[in-house]
Amino acid sequence: MIPAGFDYHRPAELDAAIGLLQEHGDEARVIAGGHSLVPMMKLRMAVLSHLVDLRDIPDLQGIEFGADSISLGAMVTQHELIAHAGLAEAVPLLREAALQIADPQVRYLGTLGGNVANGDPGNDMPGLMQCLDATYKVTGPDGSRQIRARDFYESAYFTARSDDEILTRITVPIPAAGTGYAYEKQKRKIGDYATAAAAVLVGEGSASIAMTNLADVPVWSAEAGAALAAGDREGAVSAALAAIDPQEDMRGPVEFKRHVAGVVLRRAIARALSRVAG
Amino acid sequence: MKDEVQSPEERSAGLKGMGCSRKRVEDVRFTQGKGNYVDDIKSDGMLFGDFVRSPYAHAKVVSINTAEALKVPGVLAVLTAKDLEPLGLHWMPTLAGDKQMVLADGKVLFQGQEVAFVVATDRYAAADGVEAVEVEYEELPVLTDPFEALKSDVVLREDLAGQSEGAHGPRKHHNHIFTWEQGDKDATEAVMAEADVVAEEMVYYHRTHPCPLETCGCVASMDKVTGKLTLYGTFQAPHAIRTVVSLISGIAEHNIRVISPDIGGGFGNKVGAYSGYVCSVVASIVTGKPVKWVEDRMDNLMSTAFARDYWMQGKISATKEGKITGLWCHTTADHGGFDACADPTKFPAGFMNICTGSYDIPSAYLAVDGVYTNKAPGGVAYRCSFRVTEAAYFIERMIEVLAIKLNMDAAELRRINFIRKDQFPYQSALGWEYDSGDYHTAWDKALAAVGYDDLRREQAQRLEDFKAGKTRKLMGIGLTHFTEIVGAGPVKNCDILGLGMFDSCEIRIHPTGSAIARLGTISQGQGHATTFAQIIASEIGLPADDITLEEGDTDTAPYGLGTYGSRSTPVAGAATAMAARKIRAKAQMIAAYLLEVHDGDVEWDVDRFVVKGDESRFKTMKEIAFASYNQAIPGLEPGLEAVSYYDPPNMTYPFGAYICVMEIDVDTGEHEVRQFYALDDCGTRINPMIIEGQVHGGATEGYAIAMGQEIAYDDMGNHKTATLMDFFLPTSWETPTYQTDHTVTPSPHHPIGAKGVGESPNVGSVPCFSNAVHDAFRPFGLTQSHMPHDHWRVWKIARDMGLHG
Repeated sequence: MIPAGFDYHRPAELDAAIGLLQEHGDEARVIAGGHSLVPMMKLRMAVLSHLVDLRDIPDLQGIEFGADSISLGAMVTQHELIAHAGLAEAVPLLREAALQIADPQVRYLGTLGGNVANGDPGNDMPGLMQCLDATYKVTGPDGSRQIRARDFYESAYFTARSDDEILTRITVPIPAAGTGYAYEKQKRKIGDYATAAAAVLVGEGSASIAMTNLADVPVWSAEAGAALAAGDREGAVSAALAAIDPQEDMRGPVEFKRHVAGVVLRRAIARALSRVAG
Repeated sequence: MKDEVQSPEERSAGLKGMGCSRKRVEDVRFTQGKGNYVDDIKSDGMLFGDFVRSPYAHAKVVSINTAEALKVPGVLAVLTAKDLEPLGLHWMPTLAGDKQMVLADGKVLFQGQEVAFVVATDRYAAADGVEAVEVEYEELPVLTDPFEALKSDVVLREDLAGQSEGAHGPRKHHNHIFTWEQGDKDATEAVMAEADVVAEEMVYYHRTHPCPLETCGCVASMDKVTGKLTLYGTFQAPHAIRTVVSLISGIAEHNIRVISPDIGGGFGNKVGAYSGYVCSVVASIVTGKPVKWVEDRMDNLMSTAFARDYWMQGKISATKEGKITGLWCHTTADHGGFDACADPTKFPAGFMNICTGSYDIPSAYLAVDGVYTNKAPGGVAYRCSFRVTEAAYFIERMIEVLAIKLNMDAAELRRINFIRKDQFPYQSALGWEYDSGDYHTAWDKALAAVGYDDLRREQAQRLEDFKAGKTRKLMGIGLTHFTEIVGAGPVKNCDILGLGMFDSCEIRIHPTGSAIARLGTISQGQGHATTFAQIIASEIGLPADDITLEEGDTDTAPYGLGTYGSRSTPVAGAATAMAARKIRAKAQMIAAYLLEVHDGDVEWDVDRFVVKGDESRFKTMKEIAFASYNQAIPGLEPGLEAVSYYDPPNMTYPFGAYICVMEIDVDTGEHEVRQFYALDDCGTRINPMIIEGQVHGGATEGYAIAMGQEIAYDDMGNHKTATLMDFFLPTSWETPTYQTDHTVTPSPHHPIGAKGVGESPNVGSVPCFSNAVHDAFRPFGLTQSHMPHDHWRVWKIARDMGLHG
């Protein structure tokens, strides 16, 4: 559990970080909170010569409120998400989900950007961001572009981001007042990835449903959202379950995961509906 | 003087002796990060070793190329079996009478097996060296199922080819290790044939791992000038390690000093001898420098000793009224690639023959077959006394299975079969003499404490609600009454490698009335420095706070067999009391002389000898201590010290009554432990706070084992649970809340009546949690579902019972 040797870089400017990625190509990786990358390095499943730490870059910091959306820096930690009162009020779903990620020690270091950019199907935030219809800003040598979370994930650990691009900010639309929400997660213990998890938003004539760790990418189902928006709960569940493709692991066999996915989603829908206000 | 005006009660309280919840003296350093663990040991020029491990579960090692590794900056040497062979150290003896490869000798038998040892200037270079060693393997067929292994043509241990006789008698097959039989087979089978009722079940206690927070490790330091080897390590039995090192290395025993510093939990994992110790010693001898080896978590979970893995086929017979008449058990024991169980020599299946439990069972028969498979070796007593946990799980499941067959309440079935108080000392059908017990009193107290009848009524209502669709949660009530057998043990039948399992204590009183005591045991978190000082305080009347306890340094401590199997209090605790009594006997002579009366004319009073009938004339222990360093009595040798080597006349038999109330979500397989009540009877209680801590810790391990913890392999022998992501260690969030209680039934043969408690909660809680799960599904026809009861397995029970609609 000792990584191979590497050079550590800690640029203070985004351009410098991108420059390092260009210079070293496959040999370089960015590191945010390190909770996914460092274990992979220790297992020597990720061997790289240059580690580019993003923590000193101001562009990747901060929580900024716009008129109808919030811009979150990629280096905002789960702890900051949880502790931000304005955020909890505007998008309570974010806080509910972040509180179910690992434990306080992990959340002090683990970042939103790292969680969504890594493409690990076990991470909670990608599905959540798809549910919220968030947009990721990635910046590379040719400038910046915006990618919807719903278009970002291609397969496990493969995303729409190029190797020389850095995910810098996440824009989350503020749900309409009174929108019901829930993040329901079954896990074996604190610190575990989800056996199955569901994010649900439901408001006046609209709904959004996404699920976590039930395929090699987060599963957002337009059909499920439409069914729930129309008041058809079981239709929503059927549509979401039709979109998942769970794999057997130590959490259990496929049949179990499929069943639990339905249970978890029904519970999330019920809780979200119970929270619809006005 | 102040103490002249203190009452005996006040003086007694000031000693902080037995019965006092004295705070742990160890915690001052542990809570400030000032502990001294093996990995804290640093010395000039210290080198680091790390292993190349096998990625395969069964393979020939065709070649090992170390050339590239030796080019890595900082790498000094790479040891392979070829380097150890001239020293005769490429294999080592195991505690179970088998032998084990130190480094792969032509083949590997489990994934993670040690293949080569890289020695480097720091641990980073060592890890880089490990990466650079090139090993060519040729895969062989893998056996992970012990029943298949006994039928397979695949030979795992070619080194034993043709040996029809093993360390424990005849071998029936090339993958068979031993058969161990206890009890009367014919009589038991005859009883079964005539019984009103016979319940039969396969009870599997899955493979798990002690997983101490601190992994195994050592620092070997050979001083080439003095010829003396100092070996620091995470050893639960430092003296036995010294003897073993001497026997296998040929280094004279007086030239070996073994030191166990602070140890961060052992639970049986640190009893055995590991390749890392041997390779570090060899590397230090070769380089002349200290060599450190410390496992990482994956090394620990994959290669050092596992626990359990017993397939227990059982039959239990009874009259139609529920009186048990016989118990039959055939166990298939998966020992992995080498038989490295840590059991007393004459007990290849440990004390599995305590499997008649708390019950008066007239006929019983037990057979255990040990089997080789392509899994890691071990089979250690994970917070238990040599397979007692397996035995307790077996009988407590069989009782439940019998209750189902008889359609009886399981609490009542236990009650009518308990050994009665007046039957002690009780001779069990499988050969043990239980020292003392009062099971009915404990049981009734436990049932009353939880409101058992009300719980059953609530459960019945819940079932109705469930069937009516009002709830999706079932309620399970788990019952367990366990009897342990600890304190190994009497030298007449307990030894390890020929070393009798006595233990020892040496006490020296200083002139000013403080003391140092040294023991043959070694604390791994049990709090010996706290509790053994309390025994001495009560025995000789010096404050526990004025008594230093030392363990773990074989150059200073008296020889002992170490700490495991709940043996420290029953054996070393007894030695401590006996040594203290020798001191008190000498002190009595001195006091009488100084008071100018006959020895018999003074009597002991808390902390002093008093002239009978005249309380104003006395000598305190403190005064006697000072006097003993002068010519206290002409002709009597000066000083005040004693040593005791205690060979216990019998084991001790702690017991307990545990009850668990669990809520189970049939749709997700999740559970919530609503209540956990633990009544322990460990005889005389030395420190109630430490007992409570032991119960909390042991029950939490039991909870983990029952509800999720396992060592799992796939069909290729790949280890599936080598990290703490998949190997379940509960956090504070998952850990249940415990309600502790006790009765006190002293051991009649122990000097202070103490029986030991460290392992009771692991032994008792596993069947209790498991029985709660089974009980929840009993109305739907469930008789047995194997642990661990993690979410998907519990969900599968519900699915198989048709509860998902």
